Amino acid sequence: MTFSNPAPAAADTAAARRRRRADGRRALNSNAPSHRGDARLAWILIAPAGIGFLVFAVYPTIRGVYFSFTDYHLLSAPQWIGFANFIEMVQDQTFWASVLVTVYFVVIAVSLTLVISILTAAVLHRVTKSTAVRGLIILPFLISGVVAATVWSWMLDAQLGIVNEVIRALGGHGIQFLTSRQWAIPSLAFIQVWKNMGYTSIIIFAGMQTIPASIYEAGRIDGANERQMFFRLTLPLLRPILALVLVLNVIGAFQVFDIVSVATKNGGPANASNVLQMYIYQKGFGQFDFGYASTMSLALFVILIIITFLQMRLLRANESDNA
Amino acid sequence: MTTATSKLVLPAATTRKRRRAASPGRVIAWVYLIAIIVITLFPFYWMLRSAFSNNYSMIADPTSPWPVGFTLGPFERVLGLATTQQSLAEGGSGASVPILHYLGNSVIYASLSTACMVFFSLIAAYAFSRLQWRGREFVFSLFLAALMVPAILTLLPNFVLVKELGLLNTFAGMILPTGLFSAFNIFFLRQFMLGLSTEIEEAALLDGASRLRVLFGLTIPMASGPIITLSILGFIGQWNDYFWPLLVTSDASVQPLTLGLAVFKQSSPQSQPDWAGLMAATIVAALPMLILFMVFGKRIVNSIGFSGLK
Repeated sequence: MTFSNPAPAAADTAAARRRRRADGRRALNSNAPSHRGDARLAWILIAPAGIGFLVFAVYPTIRGVYFSFTDYHLLSAPQWIGFANFIEMVQDQTFWASVLVTVYFVVIAVSLTLVISILTAAVLHRVTKSTAVRGLIILPFLISGVVAATVWSWMLDAQLGIVNEVIRALGGHGIQFLTSRQWAIPSLAFIQVWKNMGYTSIIIFAGMQTIPASIYEAGRIDGANERQMFFRLTLPLLRPILALVLVLNVIGAFQVFDIVSVATKNGGPANASNVLQMYIYQKGFGQFDFGYASTMSLALFVILIIITFLQMRLLRANESDNA
Repeated sequence: MTTATSKLVLPAATTRKRRRAASPGRVIAWVYLIAIIVITLFPFYWMLRSAFSNNYSMIADPTSPWPVGFTLGPFERVLGLATTQQSLAEGGSGASVPILHYLGNSVIYASLSTACMVFFSLIAAYAFSRLQWRGREFVFSLFLAALMVPAILTLLPNFVLVKELGLLNTFAGMILPTGLFSAFNIFFLRQFMLGLSTEIEEAALLDGASRLRVLFGLTIPMASGPIITLSILGFIGQWNDYFWPLLVTSDASVQPLTLGLAVFKQSSPQSQPDWAGLMAATIVAALPMLILFMVFGKRIVNSIGFSGLK
């Protein structure tokens, strides 16, 4: 292992922020010797990225919106049908059930991830700066959702899974974690939490390292105790970082697919784990109803955009706090 | 800066208190931390323990902390080294899963797409940070806007496009959408280059070196730190990617390991899955990431602070 001294991960974000501020100035004062011929070279250098941007980001975005107003089954050209897909979606019980399931998943997964991560970051900060410990807790972030889902399927197996064996040994009844309506989503959310809590803790930990010492000195002089300082100083000062990890986790959880598709089959028992991404996939690639699948993608897209903008407002509103 | 702030986030932990062997708060904190570490690591241990077990014996003794009937059989099964008889004798399904083949596909997919992504971002970042041209800020802000757009809307149309281009079931089809353009990488490298002193580069230009020579001879070597970091993060992301390859590949000849593993998992008999074999396969899938972690652990941990921007 290559761990030696703990280096401040947070310095990266702080430095980046400072650099960003300096950008404008430096760009104007750039006094490089010659900028003749720059434009031609510049267009050549950004050509690959530019083509990728236009062909695989801009064009499909426009096309995705267009598809959602069409009847499109992949074999023949899309047929414009106006708002028919949207009307279908609003009346589609399975769609709303799937939205509910997704929101249920997001709420459990994100709230647990955040609470555990904040606690873990605070404890890490208090007791050890060891990079090795931080390294260990991000291990689940390095493996794929497919691997995580496979391992937990085995551990949560109703018959032979170690978790149920332990529950039975303690005198409880075995639980159908991934095969019952009631438990499917909480179990999947737990796998998601397991996979993301270390990663989120490290980001929050990095944020804690950027909080200037003087603020706490002032707090201590004012007679605040440790708990008060945590709730009145640490948490408010961390708000930009917390808003960031909140939105990262919410966006990730809303688009959950691999864990659900591997750990439960075909939307789970009685569609109990038929999350939105799964339903979109089934409509698109199971029934080749690309028009309707695009409409639901657009709906999910709008949900995510709204969340992103809410988060940006949160971030901006708090920028002064950390200055 | 680290040392200065380290004691002050929870400032009641003064130096005096720290020296005391065990305050109750510290004990609780350590107990919590150890619990988190155990929960984090136990599945990895269980993966190992099960992968070295005989699948039949494991059913009889599901709680043993050690491998039950220690055997390399599960690995032989998933690597295609065991005969059908051997595999059935140890509780395998008898069907062969070409895990090594999937592994090779993953290596090609993850390294090519990461290399493309980082290289194309690098030259674009140079254009955005070192060259003066009209429309620079405008194009850059357009690129940045792409960071705001979640992938969900573009996935289906991109599939249609790749299909129309005749690139389904090809590495090109898998790689192109992510390999050409990465807003985050361009943004990150541009920020880094803007923060880098340009004196040496300007001296080289005055000495008559061409822009391209400066880019490849000076700027890129100076940016090696962020290049390595972005490559590692990119490689992890691509290695673990599941949804996009699922859309554009149906042929095992190009499918990556994530898909192979999912197929293995879904096709294992519901009544008596080959858990030992599955765990061996997950180890094969996770091992490259774990090796990457052994080599670059500290860099990965430290880069996550800013990867949060992604």
